[in-house]
Amino acid sequence: MKLSATISTLLIASASAWSTPMSMKADVGSNRRDLLKKGAAFAAGIAAPIAANAYELPDLPYPFDALEPYIDAPTMKIHHDKHHATYVTNINKATEGKDEVPILDLMADALEATPVRNSGGGHYNHAFFWEELAPHDKASKTKPSADLAAMIDKSFGSFDEMKAKFEAQAAPGAVFGSGWVWLAVNQKGDALQIIGTPNQDNPLMKGVCDEIMLPVLGLDVWEHAYYLKYQNRRPEYVSNWWSVVNWDKVNSNFDYVVANHVGVSV
Amino acid sequence: MAFELPDLPYAHDALAAKGMSAETLEYHHDLHHKAYVDNGNKLIAGTEWDGKTLEEIISGTYDASSVAQNGIFNNISQLWNHNQFWEMMGPGTSAMPGELEKALVESFGSVDEFKSQFSAAGAGQFGSGWAWLVKNADGSLAVIKTENGVNPLCFNQTALLGCDVWEHSYYIDFRNKRPAYLSNFLDNLVNWENVASRLG
Repeated sequence: MKLSATISTLLIASASAWSTPMSMKADVGSNRRDLLKKGAAFAAGIAAPIAANAYELPDLPYPFDALEPYIDAPTMKIHHDKHHATYVTNINKATEGKDEVPILDLMADALEATPVRNSGGGHYNHAFFWEELAPHDKASKTKPSADLAAMIDKSFGSFDEMKAKFEAQAAPGAVFGSGWVWLAVNQKGDALQIIGTPNQDNPLMKGVCDEIMLPVLGLDVWEHAYYLKYQNRRPEYVSNWWSVVNWDKVNSNFDYVVANHVGVSV
Repeated sequence: MAFELPDLPYAHDALAAKGMSAETLEYHHDLHHKAYVDNGNKLIAGTEWDGKTLEEIISGTYDASSVAQNGIFNNISQLWNHNQFWEMMGPGTSAMPGELEKALVESFGSVDEFKSQFSAAGAGQFGSGWAWLVKNADGSLAVIKTENGVNPLCFNQTALLGCDVWEHSYYIDFRNKRPAYLSNFLDNLVNWENVASRLG
């Protein structure tokens, strides 16, 4: 959500050129998006209209082929450059003219507006997903922290039992069609649950679970996440995905949500 | 008695020249459709649904009030959906029978308008599902979109034409470009005689 230097310059130029300083002063309380639009409207006579996009497609933290052979490069490229990019375009369309807020802040009430639920959810989920993955040679050196391991044991019995439960939830019989599987902490911060959600819903959205839950780990099981390499062999994709989970990131997600009782920012 | 995977009504490569590759049909029919058959049979074995028809099982297990359907519904509905899907497509060119054209014009204003609504429905079905041309009980035609395996039988409608918009149906040939897949489907793949034959 950065204003580009060009737009900032235009705003400053337009502000000083306005013949109605009183209305400018009244704008002090306005949000940045509103100022941007006014600046853009003024500048429209000078230059082409400037689109005010709140949300941006984040770069992947690694090259497309970094997760090979577990997740293939063509999938990473299309998944990021096309699917995630479309969610970003569409959430920007859906929030045009509205106050700029971090994407996390749109999640709680997302079920009230279908475009926010679908495209906002899609943007958040994918931004969250890329960060938890890492090349295998890095990922394999990571593991759950003592605190996370303790809560896993408390909630599931053991890490292996958590893993088995996660894989069962990720099976087509459990999430039929498109969706995600999450390992999430409750509001109180004292228990973990595994949750399957349809389409681009996530546990941060009020109404999806009994209470808002805070994800620490998520897995995309839409067919686009695995089709090119695995076709209909979703269980094989799920089983291989563990090899590129970066537990350092999962641990920091866990510490954050337990301490703050809110979802991770992306 | 167990349900069987019907053979494709044509060779796996019969639609390749028209935008649905042999590879797609090999995965879609031989793996996905087959899995719905196998899983469906496994799930109904020994239950009240054992021995019922596909239509009976679909109507009987569909729960309109549920966020997610159960495994029997999911697999059996998808089994039925794909049985129809292969029949609704065909190699070669197919002119639209006059009777169907007349019915489409009556319900939509024009064939183009129907195609436009059908494409919009398919593109607008978020996640997995189907776009359908259906006949209502009163004889009127309509376009609907459904999620996952849900189909016109759930609403006492007759399915005339269906297009699978699960990603597995178009990912190999079109990647994420679902609208291009839909317009290719309508322009090149539909067997309009089969559609017309369902008007009853």
